[in-house]
Amino acid sequence: MLSRTAENLFWMARHIERAENTARVLDVAHRTSLLPLDIDGTQAYLWYAPLNITGCADSYEVKYGLAKADTVSHYMAIDPDNPTSIYSCLKLARENARTVRGAITSEMWEVINDTWLELNRLPKQMDYEKFRDFFDWVKNRSHLFRGVTLGTITKDIGLSFIKLGTFLERADNTARILDVKYHILLPSLNHVGGAADYYQWGSLLKSVSAFEAYQKTYRDVISPQRVSELLIFRDDMPRSLHACMDEVEDALRAINGHSGKEAQRLAGEQHAALHFGLTQDAFSEGLHEFLTDFLKNTALLSREIREAYLSRQDTTLNRQLTT
Amino acid sequence: MDTKTLKKYFNEMYADNGAVREIYGRYGRWLKDLPDGTLERRNAEAELLFRRLGITFAVYGEAGEAERLIPFDIVPRIFGASEWQRLELGLKQRVRALNAFLHDIYHDQEIIKAGIISAHQVLNNAQYRPEMKGIDLPNQVYAHIAGIDLVRIAENDFYVLEDNLRTPSGVSYMLENRKTMMRLFPELFVKHAVEPVEHYPQMLLNTLREGAPPNVAYPVIVVMTPGSYNSAYFEHAYLASQMGVELVEGQDLFVHQQKVYMHTTEGPQQVHVIYRRVDDDFIDPRIFRPDSTLGVPGLMEAYCSGNVALANGVGTGVADDKSTYLFVPEMIRFYLGEAPLLSNVPTWRLSEPEDLSYVLEHLPELVIKEVQGSGGYGMLVGPTSSKAEIEAYRLRILAEPAKFIAQPTLALSSCPTLVESGVAPRHVDLRPFVLSGKDVRIVPGGLTRVALTEGSLVVNSSQGGGTKDTWVLED
Repeated sequence: MLSRTAENLFWMARHIERAENTARVLDVAHRTSLLPLDIDGTQAYLWYAPLNITGCADSYEVKYGLAKADTVSHYMAIDPDNPTSIYSCLKLARENARTVRGAITSEMWEVINDTWLELNRLPKQMDYEKFRDFFDWVKNRSHLFRGVTLGTITKDIGLSFIKLGTFLERADNTARILDVKYHILLPSLNHVGGAADYYQWGSLLKSVSAFEAYQKTYRDVISPQRVSELLIFRDDMPRSLHACMDEVEDALRAINGHSGKEAQRLAGEQHAALHFGLTQDAFSEGLHEFLTDFLKNTALLSREIREAYLSRQDTTLNRQLTT
Repeated sequence: MDTKTLKKYFNEMYADNGAVREIYGRYGRWLKDLPDGTLERRNAEAELLFRRLGITFAVYGEAGEAERLIPFDIVPRIFGASEWQRLELGLKQRVRALNAFLHDIYHDQEIIKAGIISAHQVLNNAQYRPEMKGIDLPNQVYAHIAGIDLVRIAENDFYVLEDNLRTPSGVSYMLENRKTMMRLFPELFVKHAVEPVEHYPQMLLNTLREGAPPNVAYPVIVVMTPGSYNSAYFEHAYLASQMGVELVEGQDLFVHQQKVYMHTTEGPQQVHVIYRRVDDDFIDPRIFRPDSTLGVPGLMEAYCSGNVALANGVGTGVADDKSTYLFVPEMIRFYLGEAPLLSNVPTWRLSEPEDLSYVLEHLPELVIKEVQGSGGYGMLVGPTSSKAEIEAYRLRILAEPAKFIAQPTLALSSCPTLVESGVAPRHVDLRPFVLSGKDVRIVPGGLTRVALTEGSLVVNSSQGGGTKDTWVLED
């Protein structure tokens, strides 16, 4: 497969997944803002979290200053000037899809194109109600796209790159949510099992569609350790780091060629750490350190994938031509 | 030629006495028996079909709207077998001579030595590529794909309006038009034995394969596009998928030790034939326009070393230039020793003082074109232009006469066409696509372009023209 085609498929999937994750993060912030919180400077804390998770706090501050509900929502959802806004992600996903029309099915193209067209018909200013509807819509479009993809595309190397994009992005996002939230929620660690815990950790679980899974799995009060276990080590939880790395490893194995050896090794290493790792070890090491390492390794893996398969840089080429 | 005798338009379907021409006999009877409103209904259906194809193929603009589709007309343009046979022979002859000319001017330049065409005319032409001097191409073919624009003036009177030897487009419309017609009017295809055109992509693939560098058993072929914002992008993508080859952009290719490779997920893969839809000027920033990001640095070097074939070859523009056009009949006599089967439109060269003064006196009757122009841009159609337009154009000519040629206003034949008021005659031309590999091949027919505005003689799609399915009937 042409590297450019693979690159566009990879990023198409990544951008869709990113749009969905941003919608999830904002949705939870909106829900949480309705709760009575006993943390100082609640509002600012609350609305910095989505900015920190998606890594756009700095560019936001330049434009708006203090983190407030309406401006953060606008900036992260529909601001075309923010390169990581949902709007920008859906726009980029469509650009990616358009350049590889021949490599995706017409059904996939129609979903992406319709999403873009609908997005442009939405009002430029939204109130609280509208934002909630909007986040649901984004999630639904993403679900639809994933369903259409699996239902129509040939199971070949193209699908492998789509999966790589989806699950690397998802793993990255789950790790960031956990890291940022854990930081914010840390003060309440002392009174585990209280009402605040229930709502706050509960909202974190909801943001990754894991609330019901938690209850089914543990049938007990919500504790930070279990939330972490569920979102990091459980492989039956579709948004956990372990489940994502399962998929990444599978996808890499399905891609032919010798150029991906290092990428496969890195993915295998990361997968093994999740497969055999223990929650208590992660906690004794410090969850923040653990997640920081994970994010660093994921970034390394992404870079290796880019160089092995997607890059059109002469340096990599010379390496490949001489071997 | 007396321009006055050309004023009477030939109608493809009806003879002068109003009777249906024999070739349209069956179609005419079918049309007569058709219940009222049927054509309009099918036309609406065609529009739906095309919009759907548009979803599949059309280029989308920044704002997310579909780019305008070229309008499709549902009344076919029909040729008889013997009519077509004569055209086919003439087209093949012409393209052979044009390729021989290109080979000659980049080698021994016999035609210049023989005094048939001046060295100035060839060597000072901006489209002449000195880089190609002495380079041997497989089968001595330069223009693998040629689009020759023909117009009809009378029953047996065809003229070549223009040769397109660079990156002629429109063939995907020829193929899509046929597909649509077969869906809309299956009964017509039962009644008529229409020569098929659907094998064009296969024929193109064979032609490209034959043009590969010698000693490559299984050449890797690609279609190269300027990118998804190019107006013909859907055609590039369409042809690539129909041939089952990769559609690449310049950034997908690189040159290593004079060989061309494409970046794939399995590492570099060598490419042997590039069907490029990128103009000469943009294919290699090292040799041509240095600001081009569409091309591949080093491509010319690989090409000149014979490691990769380009279709069309580099430097074909010198042969389809409107001032070189004049000499094509002479080329046919010189290289093939044959009498030309297809005529040129009489043409005045404004670089010649005598021609210039005649043309300046007769501007309102003539069509003036820029020598380097294409796509119907920047031309003057005297009879339909206002006094002011003509005077403005006169100033342009006087500023640089050598940039222009003039031709009589041709009475392009007309063909019944479905317009708002019903079926009415509209002017048409024809662009057949001629393929040159080891042999010269052509699918029967081509793309018929139609000027949808009443009385208009400009058929270019960029100027609001439409297209028709073109039928060649078997005997």
